[in-house]
Amino acid sequence: MTDPKDAPLVRLAGVGKNYGNVIALRDVDLEASAGEVTCVLGDNGAGKSTLIKIVAGLHRHDLGTYEVQGEPVAFSSPRDALDRGIATVYQDLAVVPLMPVWRNFFLGSEKRKGFGRMDITFMRRTAKREMAAMGIDLRDVDQPIGTLSGGERQCVAIARAVYFGAKALVLDEPTAALGVKQAGTVLRYIVQARERGLAVIFITHNPHHAYPVGDRFLILNRGRPIGYRTKEEITREELTALMAGGAELEELAHELDAAVSGSGSRAAKELAEGADHLRKSD
Amino acid sequence: MTQAVAGPPAAVPDERLARESPLRRLLRRPEFGALLGAVAVFVFFSLVADAFLQADSFSTVLYASSTFGIMAVGVSLLMIGGEFDLSAGVMVTTAALVATLVSYQLTLNLWVGVAISLVVTLAIGALNGLLYIRTGLPSFIVTLATFFMLAGANLGVTKAVTGNVASDSVRDMDGFESARKVFASDVDVGGVNVKITVFWWLLFVGIATWILLRTRAGNWIFAVGGAAGSARAVGVPVARTKIGLFMGVAFCGWFSGMHLVFAFATVQSGEGVGNEFNYIICAVIGGCLLTGGYGSAIGAAIGAFIFGMVNKGIVYAEWNPDWFRFFLGAMLLIATVVNLIVRRRVERSA
Ligand SMILES: Nc1ncnc2c1ncn2[C@@H]1O[C@H](COP(=O)(O)OP(=O)(O)OP(=O)(O)O)[C@@H](O)[C@H]1O
Ligand SMILES: [Mg+2]
Repeated sequence: MTDPKDAPLVRLAGVGKNYGNVIALRDVDLEASAGEVTCVLGDNGAGKSTLIKIVAGLHRHDLGTYEVQGEPVAFSSPRDALDRGIATVYQDLAVVPLMPVWRNFFLGSEKRKGFGRMDITFMRRTAKREMAAMGIDLRDVDQPIGTLSGGERQCVAIARAVYFGAKALVLDEPTAALGVKQAGTVLRYIVQARERGLAVIFITHNPHHAYPVGDRFLILNRGRPIGYRTKEEITREELTALMAGGAELEELAHELDAAVSGSGSRAAKELAEGADHLRKSD
Repeated sequence: MTQAVAGPPAAVPDERLARESPLRRLLRRPEFGALLGAVAVFVFFSLVADAFLQADSFSTVLYASSTFGIMAVGVSLLMIGGEFDLSAGVMVTTAALVATLVSYQLTLNLWVGVAISLVVTLAIGALNGLLYIRTGLPSFIVTLATFFMLAGANLGVTKAVTGNVASDSVRDMDGFESARKVFASDVDVGGVNVKITVFWWLLFVGIATWILLRTRAGNWIFAVGGAAGSARAVGVPVARTKIGLFMGVAFCGWFSGMHLVFAFATVQSGEGVGNEFNYIICAVIGGCLLTGGYGSAIGAAIGAFIFGMVNKGIVYAEWNPDWFRFFLGAMLLIATVVNLIVRRRVERSA
């Protein structure tokens, strides 16, 4: 095998997964390296969640190989994956709503100071500081996390993964249920995580969220890859066409218009230019 | 790779925090509703029952509260962890029967019976937990099954061994007096006899509160009750936590069983049925959410205190004790509604 230092952090080769007699995933290759964002795109039921559950250690793959830094692995729990530096943020499994922000932040990796006691002062202070570093000014780390907005909740989960030294960050549709502005915020954190040197695997069904932040794109359809390209090899139009077959472009263009007025980030501007493009070529 | 970006200094207090008054903080606590209820019930019975405020009667109220309260400690933690244990009531009887039957039949020192009972009861708790984890059935169903099995076994085994529905008296056996000191003695507090279970109860509540609020295990208990899937995804050992909680109930059951043994020396094998709901009522009155993830051990203790006050208050007021259950049901209803309102209001203004 390759030298572990050169090997990508996460590499899947020919991975497949069945649920009983349902073939959920076949022949999937995927790489995620430090300082890169790998996007996984696909329609509902394409197998995106199945793929990341394998990466995250929730499911085991039936076919192919899964390597972490060049070493084949078969995780039996999310804990195993976490111990190898692979942290996953699920859209629906990100936080425990009734628990305070700081307890959520340290859940599963509590800081202790002997006799099983938690170092509560440290945890509260750290949670607040880390959230501030992400640009979220918490009023009170004791407030139940369920009272934060959806985007803020995702950001707590991302901040947590980064803080605990994740090398690879897997995000399952972090922008799906969010408004345009909040989606922009989350996209910004994805870029931030990449700049901190993390390998990011970003799952989405929205090519316009994926293209501005992604370095590599894997497009799934009914469990099979129908495209695996680097950013140089594919244009936004091609990505969109692969995903949606050129349909519903008008609707997308509208969405993007809103994104510009909403956030004003560079990514959003880039999105808007693309939208204009689409309109003209339509 | 920790904290790559330095945030603003954390020592600076947030100015928006200053606006939260101590009253708000109190309102936000899960046991707040129960505290109000306890005050109301206390005032009520002080007015209608002359005997209620006498030291001896109050000691009796505390004793009644403690017998329910000790079980409510384990049951409330389990409920915060998102589960029920319907076998909790008969498990107390099982624990007591194991200690007496084993010691009597094998003529062992009672302390040996006490230890064997601890092992057996904890094993039953672990079995409840394992069955729940392995089958994936709701704990309501799993423990309903163990409830019936234990209730049947209590009667069946006792009849087979003693030919009677009660165990033989162990009063004259070795170890009775010393164990009685631990599990069922009276403590003189300024001329008033207070049952030792009251102190054990307070100790258990203290330990449970410490676990819940200060330890990693407590964090896990809230998490597995609030959102088990999320907890598992961030590496919390959900199965281990839940099994531990079932064993916590079993431990409380063992302790209560030992109190029965050394308070009465013989054990009625049919007892305990129905008590499981009383423990659940204590926890719910105390602000534990039926759906899990929210609540406190102190709340459950207040719930048990309300329970004890009503239970004995009705007697001191010389009412027909048949009304006890009516009151219990009414209180449960009021408590859950109050909790609901308090929690909604807090969440909206949070
Ligand atoms: N536990 C399961 N048992 C059986 N089939 C499953 C299971 N989980 C997923 N599937 C099937 O596998 C296929 C891929 O599902 P998956 O959840 O990975 O899709 P997805 O790309 O994440 O879709 P979405 O965009 O809706 O989240 C679907 O056909 C789904 O019905
Ligand atoms: Mg999915």
